[in-house]
Amino acid sequence: MKLPVTVIGGYLGAGKTTLINHLLRNANGLRLAVLVNEFGELSIDEDLIEAEEDGLMSISGGCVCCAYGSDMIGVLEDIRDADPGFDHVLLEASGVALPASIMTSVSLVKGLRPDATVVLADAEQVRRNAADKFLSDTILRQLEQADILLVTKADLVTAQALEDVCGWLRVRSGPARLVTSAKADVPLAAIVGALPLAGRRLSSGSDPHAAFASVVLTPESPVDAQALARRLADDDSVTRAKGYVPTSEGLALIHVVGPRWDVEAAEGTHQIGVVCIGPKATFDAQKILQFVGQGA
Amino acid sequence: MTQTTIYSAQKIITMNPNRPETTHVAVRDGRILGAGTLEELAGWGEYTLDTRFADKVIMPGLIEGHAHSMEGAMWSFTYVGWFDRMDPDGKVWSGVKSVDDVVARLSEIEKTMDDPDAPLLGWGLDPIYMDNVRVTRADLDRVSATRPVGIMHASGHILNVNSKALELAGLLKTGNNHPGIPLAGDGLPTGELKGPEVMMPVGIHVGMNRAFLAADENGLRNYSRLCVRAGVTTSSDLGQQLNDDLLAVFEKVTGEDRFPVCLVAFRINMGLSPQELVDYTLSLKERSTDRLELGRIKVVADGSIQGFSARMQWPGYYNGAPNGLWYIAPDQLAEIYERALACGVQVHTHTNGDEATELTIDTLEAALRKHPDFDHRFTLQHCQLASEAQFRRMGRLGMCVNLFANHHFYWGDEHYTLTVGPERAERMNACRTALDAGVPMTIHSDAPVTPLGPLFTASAAATRHTASGRTQGEFQRISVAEALYAVTMGAAITMKMDDRIGSIETGKRADFAVLEDDPTQASPEALKDVRVWGTVQAGRIFEAATI
Repeated sequence: MKLPVTVIGGYLGAGKTTLINHLLRNANGLRLAVLVNEFGELSIDEDLIEAEEDGLMSISGGCVCCAYGSDMIGVLEDIRDADPGFDHVLLEASGVALPASIMTSVSLVKGLRPDATVVLADAEQVRRNAADKFLSDTILRQLEQADILLVTKADLVTAQALEDVCGWLRVRSGPARLVTSAKADVPLAAIVGALPLAGRRLSSGSDPHAAFASVVLTPESPVDAQALARRLADDDSVTRAKGYVPTSEGLALIHVVGPRWDVEAAEGTHQIGVVCIGPKATFDAQKILQFVGQGA
Repeated sequence: MTQTTIYSAQKIITMNPNRPETTHVAVRDGRILGAGTLEELAGWGEYTLDTRFADKVIMPGLIEGHAHSMEGAMWSFTYVGWFDRMDPDGKVWSGVKSVDDVVARLSEIEKTMDDPDAPLLGWGLDPIYMDNVRVTRADLDRVSATRPVGIMHASGHILNVNSKALELAGLLKTGNNHPGIPLAGDGLPTGELKGPEVMMPVGIHVGMNRAFLAADENGLRNYSRLCVRAGVTTSSDLGQQLNDDLLAVFEKVTGEDRFPVCLVAFRINMGLSPQELVDYTLSLKERSTDRLELGRIKVVADGSIQGFSARMQWPGYYNGAPNGLWYIAPDQLAEIYERALACGVQVHTHTNGDEATELTIDTLEAALRKHPDFDHRFTLQHCQLASEAQFRRMGRLGMCVNLFANHHFYWGDEHYTLTVGPERAERMNACRTALDAGVPMTIHSDAPVTPLGPLFTASAAATRHTASGRTQGEFQRISVAEALYAVTMGAAITMKMDDRIGSIETGKRADFAVLEDDPTQASPEALKDVRVWGTVQAGRIFEAATI
């Protein structure tokens, strides 16, 4: 299977490093490879670093972090060819990079699958940056290219201001899913997706990330995987969905990232189940279960 | 007692305004003891008179302020450019004038290759001189159907590949949907790949891999030989990802007894945070030697005008293309400037579009309020589209500039018709405006983008001819004398090396360009044809014919 790559974009100070640290701390056994443009002073939390040499940081839990500088393709190939392999690549774009350009390159590297573009926007700063005479068009293009738009530092503005900035962002980010957070503390499953854990069908209330809810779809008879994926992608309350479903032609793996979806044929045996996750405030598990005829 | 050698010459052009021309120069310990008449120099004591240059013209060693030692490494690949170009061995590769010529040259090389799977890479193609003919994968399949073949365009913005390379990249299929991957009538890619995000991942399959991009020992040696052929005794290497490993390569090669040039290796900003960048570069200063100057930073602010990736002020590109890209975040630029000013590290910044130039000026002005520095000489590299107002600000802020005179020749017609339009094309690389605004100025080749050759560059600035023969921007022409000053003292000033190089006068390094003809007597057009015999670097003699 191809190695999925998620690009994390957004201007300086939007919280990209905070998000990456949060995801590394809560990787739950996933082997993540984090690629950063450079190691800045606000880089990986020291307690997560097990070793560091030749620009490669070993992170607890089997993750790594490396700086790619001007050799992005070479480093991506190294990660792709690593043994043991990685489960997911998080690629931090520089503050002025256009995530879509990076995704184009990723799509042209064999063995990699462009997974999602997550763009971060600082609730306090984003409109100021978008009005800056040098930065305006860059910021707006970044926002347009998001699949998931993560509004950070939501706790530093009033509820009214948050609502205003979210409204402003919705107009500029097209169909991207908009997610708000205080310190980029969103669950890994909402960013890279998750496959179902054995025996778990529904989680919500006890989840420490109370801002999100999830549900697992477990269709027992063959479904139209493309139609299901499209339906999940069209549902505003679903941030991410991922998992295996039976189809008339065997197992298929569904990826839904905000408004985008992809279905690939799966080899081997896998546990059936599509984990769907979205913001608790709007997430309606019962409605989503009905997409595959499940539910009460 | 140390040895003193006095060289006689037909004429010595000194760039020392107190005595612009003389006939003899005395050298001791690799430095200039004095320049004057034999009688004057005899006053220094015992000497040996060396008359080997008696029929030559000597001028200060030429200084290239913006080039890349990668020019030396390019010759491991096959040149397929329009113009004749000399390789490090002195062989002149004739320009190729048609796609058939390109195919024939690559085929010739292909026959000599042992490994049937090894990629074959050509470089320097410039279809604008061939009525913008499009090279296709079918053309390159005639070179080989079984090995990956690629050609990098002179502009650096397009890569052509054959079917095998497309296959290796997984692109030889229908359904590609990206403006950088044009499709033919059959729905398959034409083999033309546009833009770095497409070229980089595919380029790996035609030999543009990590090793291709890195400086290596032979590349540096080859580059130094090209320098001798061009009369260059000091060259910047403008933008290396210097680290301790790469530095060891530079130290080894430049430390070789007969290495003929002083390289000024700048640390490029990529891959390091501002703090690491400035701290590391500062730590390199004390490792400088006579042939390796360290401790300067290069920052890249935007892309290129002909690639439509330069940041433009209103109204933007003449053909309506969207604005280009920032290659550094403004806040990071500010942090680099502030940290560098605080500890006295010089920064040269690549800007092409006038918006990028505006950002650097604004940013430096703000940084200087926090960290005043009365002689920072922060330099803008290329700075091709700067306005008169911007040059005035640069002059007042103590900035220097290195303008891309060669670009004006090679792509001036493109700028006129396509990228910036007639009016702004005439002010591109505005040497006259820079000098009038009191901005210390030099001019460059950006080799390997255009060939290394400061006399050609000087000629280009003096004529402002484009490749089609038009004079583009008459007002911005400078005199031959000004152009020669720009490629000697001008470059030395921008790199803060004018205390050591750039002129022939007491105390400076014995760096000379030894010429067969007198450039001060040449017309602007003929300046490029002045013949170079070789160089003297720190008193060591290097003849181009035998280098």
